[in-house]
Amino acid sequence: MNDETVRILAIETSCDETAAAVVQDGREVLSNVIYTQIPIHTQYGGVVPEIASRSHVEKIVPVVTKALADASMMLEEVDAVAVTYGPGLVGPLLVGVSSAKAMAFAAKKPLIGVHHIEGHISANYIEHPDLRPPYVCLVVSGGHSHLVEVRDYGKYEIIARTRDDAAGEAFDKVARAIGLGYPGGPKIDAAAREGDPHAIDFPRGKVRDSEYDFSFSGVKSAVLNYLNSCRMQGVEVNVNDVAASFQRSVVEVLTERAMMAIDERGLHEFALAGGVASNTALRLSLQKACDERGVRFCVPSPVYCTDNAAMIGAAAYHDYVAGVRDGLDLNAIPNLMLGESR
Amino acid sequence: MRICAIDSSGLVAGVAISDNGICLAEYDVQYQVTHSKTLMPMLDQVMSRLETSVSDVDAYAVTAGPGSFTGLRIGIATVKGLGLAADRPVAAIPTLEALAYNAYGYDGYVCPIMDARRQQVYAGIYRFDHVDQRDNAAIASTDASGSVPVCDINSVDAGSSRQAGLTVSRIRVIRPQSAMSFDDLCGQLNVLCRDGGRVLFIGDGIPVFADRMSELLEVSYDLAPLHLNRQRAGSLAALANLYFGLTADERAGRGLEGCITDAEGLTPIYLRMSQAERERRQRDAGLS
Repeated sequence: MNDETVRILAIETSCDETAAAVVQDGREVLSNVIYTQIPIHTQYGGVVPEIASRSHVEKIVPVVTKALADASMMLEEVDAVAVTYGPGLVGPLLVGVSSAKAMAFAAKKPLIGVHHIEGHISANYIEHPDLRPPYVCLVVSGGHSHLVEVRDYGKYEIIARTRDDAAGEAFDKVARAIGLGYPGGPKIDAAAREGDPHAIDFPRGKVRDSEYDFSFSGVKSAVLNYLNSCRMQGVEVNVNDVAASFQRSVVEVLTERAMMAIDERGLHEFALAGGVASNTALRLSLQKACDERGVRFCVPSPVYCTDNAAMIGAAAYHDYVAGVRDGLDLNAIPNLMLGESR
Repeated sequence: MRICAIDSSGLVAGVAISDNGICLAEYDVQYQVTHSKTLMPMLDQVMSRLETSVSDVDAYAVTAGPGSFTGLRIGIATVKGLGLAADRPVAAIPTLEALAYNAYGYDGYVCPIMDARRQQVYAGIYRFDHVDQRDNAAIASTDASGSVPVCDINSVDAGSSRQAGLTVSRIRVIRPQSAMSFDDLCGQLNVLCRDGGRVLFIGDGIPVFADRMSELLEVSYDLAPLHLNRQRAGSLAALANLYFGLTADERAGRGLEGCITDAEGLTPIYLRMSQAERERRQRDAGLS
């Protein structure tokens, strides 16, 4: 390896995955370790912040140790330590931030704080190394729904955001309401494959003063109302049809807004990111819409869509090259905005 | 042995570095609770001032709990990071034992209390036994420099009472730290002191429970003065220095098995389940 090679140890603990990775030059993953707490939180029907924080404390050392071992590296050999510092749950974030700062200090390495959403967007560089800004990216996860123009590395224009629930949050809530349980995304995806997406006509969320912004609480309420009225009338609910129809409503809105942005800005590359990017119907719908326009469609493999640290290492690389460094006073910022200056 | 001690279990952020029985630096700050922002820069400043670095540190110490859940995690995640990066052992010291050690040598019961909310305190009860230095080879050897004179146990007449000479105060746990109602704690202290003992309170629970103290206690009690009434990283370093000097058998004999560990083994002592877990267990218990 030549001297120009940059290898970053990245840490991600913003929600319910304890993750560490070593990433070379922002695009090559040398290791990617994810410990998921989903089995723990399933018994509570969702992520419990205090339980998540405790689990991160327990797993942070073995996860980091394995990430270094899988990359056949010692901490002394990495060029920087990167860590997600927001947005996310404050308790979980603090575990990653505190341990990353201590490791960077002890090993005398530069420290780089990474925005979680910027990580999701950058996950696309891992398997599409020739993807370069500018492009439009749709980031959809349990906590976020953003439509973004990536103007340059680290430079984002937010085109749309959700006014209420995140897309993944709506999936979780609807899944709970129709008895599929947590995590809702994969369960609705599976049930929808067996159902008729045109069985029920749920509304498309619209926001009065913005043609781009999302709203998913309306469709979620419509599902709850539908379930309620079925119960009142003694009509049996077809769970698969509800899942498929709800999913169609969300997927159509996301696809329509994403393509509106692509058309308006005349860009030729589109990327999908975030946990909900694993949703089969959403991938197919966006792929088709992009194909129709001759726009290149990029989406990470599911392992890089879920919360992971490889994406944090991919994002940190461009900060590293640009000379961005954080001090030992780096703090967890639970409601950090994308593009917000430090 | 050079020890770096870190505490962020409560209102104070503290860093201390000790070396063979000397506290080289202690930096305790009780100003806003922003330990996540302040703790590492404090460590950096202390190390710069001492012209030392992580590679000179032989071991770490941290207050493992109880305390604020978030505060504990900041301190513990920090020490995990330091211990992992530098591959050094870690002493996990019970927070209330470290607080009690502020009052080294006190004649009476030492009772550190931290406000645990919900009308409870995190509290423990401790005593200092004054042990004749000549009977105390095990403790003497805790000075890792080896500079403490070693005596010949066989030459000591264990039956004689000594009026003069060097003694060592050895901390003894009378009631292990736990979360309890303050009223129960006062009841226990009243029983312990019925033949004339006295109590020293230490900790951030004092202002919260001052009124209850005067109502419930039937014994004479002191409140620690300002330089002793909060967590001090120096006390943490002193206890860690002591425990690192004990052999594994000696630690086991004093109930300190898990005390010396490493970055991975370091585990917070929360003393309480999370609310969600508590409610789920109650629900499960109700169903069965």
